Amino acid sequence: MTQVSTSRDIGQLKRQARTVRSEILKMLTEAGSGHTGGSLSAADIVTALYFHKLRHNPKDPAWKERDRFILSKGHAAPLLYTALALSGYFDKSLLKTLRKIGSPLQGHPCSKLLPGVEVSTGSLGQGLSIANGIAMGLKMDGLNSRVYCLLGDGETQEGQVWEAAMSASHYRLDNICAIIDNNGLQIDGHCCDVMALEPIVDKWAAFGWHVIDIDGHDMASIINALDEAETIKGKPTAIVARTVKGKGVSFFEGKAKYHGITPTSEELEKALVEIEDIDNG
Amino acid sequence: MGEKQKSEIKTQNIATRDAYGEALLELGKKRNDVVVLDADLSGSTKTAGFAKAFPDRFYNMGISEQDLIGTAGGLSLAGKLPFASTFAVFETGRAWEQIRQTIAYSHLNVKLVATHSGITVAEDGASHQAIEDVALMRVLPNMTVIVPADGIETKQVIAAIAEYHGPVYVRLGRSKVPVVMPEDYKFSIGKAHTFHIGKDANIIAAGIMVSVALSAAENLKKEGIDAGVINMSTIKPLDNDTVLRAAKASGLIVTAEEHSVIGGLGGAVSEFLSENYPVPVKRIGIKDTFGCSGPSDELMKLYGLTADDIIKIIKGALKK
Repeated sequence: MTQVSTSRDIGQLKRQARTVRSEILKMLTEAGSGHTGGSLSAADIVTALYFHKLRHNPKDPAWKERDRFILSKGHAAPLLYTALALSGYFDKSLLKTLRKIGSPLQGHPCSKLLPGVEVSTGSLGQGLSIANGIAMGLKMDGLNSRVYCLLGDGETQEGQVWEAAMSASHYRLDNICAIIDNNGLQIDGHCCDVMALEPIVDKWAAFGWHVIDIDGHDMASIINALDEAETIKGKPTAIVARTVKGKGVSFFEGKAKYHGITPTSEELEKALVEIEDIDNG
Repeated sequence: MGEKQKSEIKTQNIATRDAYGEALLELGKKRNDVVVLDADLSGSTKTAGFAKAFPDRFYNMGISEQDLIGTAGGLSLAGKLPFASTFAVFETGRAWEQIRQTIAYSHLNVKLVATHSGITVAEDGASHQAIEDVALMRVLPNMTVIVPADGIETKQVIAAIAEYHGPVYVRLGRSKVPVVMPEDYKFSIGKAHTFHIGKDANIIAAGIMVSVALSAAENLKKEGIDAGVINMSTIKPLDNDTVLRAAKASGLIVTAEEHSVIGGLGGAVSEFLSENYPVPVKRIGIKDTFGCSGPSDELMKLYGLTADDIIKIIKGALKK
């Protein structure tokens, strides 16, 4: 799927991203707890993956030749759940059960409970190693499926991420595409104040990765970057997606506070209106 | 002792890590889904033989245990049967949370086979002597924990866990250990091997302490004390039936392990008996302290892990 997407496709994806954001906000309001900011910042990326790029079959989640998506930043579970529900992995009504007793929609994704979740995540820093292992296995089997791994920028403060970055490069895992949701914020504040990350692009490049630096809310840029990643041979690709935490809701945007706070019902009402006017490319 | 006899004993008494290396090779020939990962210790963990025979199915992850575990998890998700090996202290300590989150919670089919456990790592000292690894693995839901007693059992264990779907931790050692299991022994997960059930005491042992327990029981027999010996190689799930049978037969249980007395075999047996059939339990192991450098036989004496120590404890308990 390396053809340039038509503007009609882009338009559809942008609309889908709005739906994704609305569903995230609704489920989080219903749940009363969960991670709003980081779900919204990666919404365009995950929409592009699930509704355009990924070769997957919601009717057969274990299809051997599927592309894999690993949500290393597991706290963006509401985003993953929404993408899975809208793709048809399970009924959308299940989204209302987020974080409730007996629900397969755990606070952080649990692969044993929910088909479509490749592996349980939530403790940061572990997804890229897992993605590498899958990529190695796919190569051993001669499959050309690809593995996408979404990391938070703050998450890359975990040392294991760089162990994995080294491994992907050492083993020339060109079927791996890491996407860093660079929203610049973490729970305690701005990443640059908590533990500086820049220069992010140079870091990944120094570890032997092909790096693409994009506006993570520009749908056409996201798709072009995903297409470009597929053409890179002999090394893994990292897409550094510059995003805004809480993107789409003005009173959440750029606020570290909304990392783990959910909307009130009044906020939800206002937010849903704003989502309709979001500028994502 | 003639030259011939000497060499026979030498080939029999191998370290469990050597048996692991051989078992991996055999398994690799039988199954092409077997992949092996190591963290720069393949010469010591004996995965190097597999690496040489099957270079396309071996991944050296370098000195990065957390990545080792995650990558092994990923390979299992791609349908492979990964064996991830390094020293026990690094595998279970450095990468504990990776094992918890990625392997145990997701119930991935990853075999964690660690070598250089316990104080018999010897001269390298406390930094390298894992005395808490069984406790760290045993506390994890979904995890199976196995401590083979000798080379024969190690080979059986590797074959058995390859057929089992789910996470398993296998604890192996660095030093040569005497052969204790019969040639025709067949291991199955969760089933202890009973050498003998004693009327006066029963020693439930694991790993290298099985041979020590057997030698203690033999000496006690000469003094008219009937002490049984059980090889509890699967620490989790514990063979409750066998523990119960031993407790009912003797009323005195002694556990013996080259591990902390907290959280390992002694812990598991005590927890079960205290709730189901309370009898006195004496735990032989490392007494909540770190190890130190020295020759392994001297360390075994220093930390009270010899046959004489077991004899003393049993006699003392029987006097009361």
